[in-house]
Amino acid sequence: MSPPDTSEPMIVFDGVEKRFGSNVVLKDLSFTVAPGEHVTLIGPSGSGKTTILRLLMTLEQCNEGTISVGGRYLSHEERGGKLGPPREKYLRDVRKHIGMVFQQFNLFPNMTVRGNLCEGPTRVLGLSKDEANARAEELLDLVGLKEKIDAHPTQLSGGQQQRVAIARALAMRPDVLLLDEVTSALDPELVAGVLKLLRDIGDTTDITILCVTHEMGFARDFSHRVMMFDGGRVLEDAPPEKLFTEPDHQRTKDFLQAVLAH
Amino acid sequence: MPVWDWNYAFDILPDLLLALVTTIEITLLGSVVALLLGLVFAVLRRLRIPVLDQVLWAFVEVVRSTPLLVQVFFLFFVLPQFGVTLSAFVVGVVGLGVHYATYTSEVYRAGIDAIPKGQWEACTALSLPRLRVWTGVILPQAVPRVLPALGNYVISMFKEVPLLLAIGVVEVVNEARELGSLTFRYTEPYTIAGLLFLLLSYPASMLVRRLERRRVTA
Repeated sequence: MSPPDTSEPMIVFDGVEKRFGSNVVLKDLSFTVAPGEHVTLIGPSGSGKTTILRLLMTLEQCNEGTISVGGRYLSHEERGGKLGPPREKYLRDVRKHIGMVFQQFNLFPNMTVRGNLCEGPTRVLGLSKDEANARAEELLDLVGLKEKIDAHPTQLSGGQQQRVAIARALAMRPDVLLLDEVTSALDPELVAGVLKLLRDIGDTTDITILCVTHEMGFARDFSHRVMMFDGGRVLEDAPPEKLFTEPDHQRTKDFLQAVLAH
Repeated sequence: MPVWDWNYAFDILPDLLLALVTTIEITLLGSVVALLLGLVFAVLRRLRIPVLDQVLWAFVEVVRSTPLLVQVFFLFFVLPQFGVTLSAFVVGVVGLGVHYATYTSEVYRAGIDAIPKGQWEACTALSLPRLRVWTGVILPQAVPRVLPALGNYVISMFKEVPLLLAIGVVEVVNEARELGSLTFRYTEPYTIAGLLFLLLSYPASMLVRRLERRRVTA
């Protein structure tokens, strides 16, 4: 895999702090992600990895600092040269370019697979029914579920649901894709299929991908960069070859040992 | 004279059935008000719009904490003093509808609260417009879940219609009362009135129970 273009960052976290009540989850966090880069976030639970994805999806708002994606602020709205709190309409526009796949799939059970895939493209991107349908069929083909287009989510296995959820996120043609422990809720035998699909997507698209996972094998061959989090800070930020074989910190070693042992 | 006179019973049946039509009309129209207004209340409460939220909360509490009869009297006797004169029929529909809307709104709220957080988050992740989130994702999941509870309120409403005899609506019980006062025979009219309610309420509640069972198995 060729190293991604590093000129203008796709994602910028600048001095971000996130608190839940008195619990500080992220402390003075700054990092950038280049367009097309695949970054995996690892670390013990409660270290703030998922919070980073949720901040990017605007499911949470940060308390300090700024976050921007594709050169536009997510955490603030620029009005008359000043930064203010973002309005819903503005946020909806910025996050059109961001997609997310959840641990629990979160497909809409009241719609068919087709309905799930066409919802965003028709309602948000303004595609016609036919265009959205063509896109849905193409994506279902990619995820290997073409024959399930008229099925309801409840009729699918967890692995199939997650592949539909991935297709649903891709149907929005996002610049940034957030993967939040997408295989954690799956039966072990279904994990490989989903990871293979994600590798294919990583190889064939230039989407910037941020990924929280406990699948270290996947993290190693999928990512350009791995960030090890601990206590709301980046402990280590390195290419997977380095981080998995000769990490700088004892804490990282311990964590990897604990994860790989199980 | 026998306690039960079949000839008299058949004589008054058409009048009672005619009055039953009024009862059903009020029930159905009142249900439309209760089901729609309750939904509006539930959604507005969920949006937590400052001031409006407090006003709605106060309104719901007042309506729930005062007797329906007082509300009906208020609509019928007090509103005209402010230039708003409604027919007894309209007062019946509005009174029952608004009163029950405060209950159905709680039912809808429970249904909405039962939708997993992940559904809302998936809507955000797709950037769906807010109206579409409600009409396309949340309500289509929340409303079917609470249909049995809503059905039970419609049945209760049906049985509360006779209260409107207080403002002169000629529904079944009022009709029975008038027939009785003409002939001084009360057994047949009230018995038939009661049976008519039973004949409609019982199958309706069986239907609701079936709906409930289907929800459980689905």
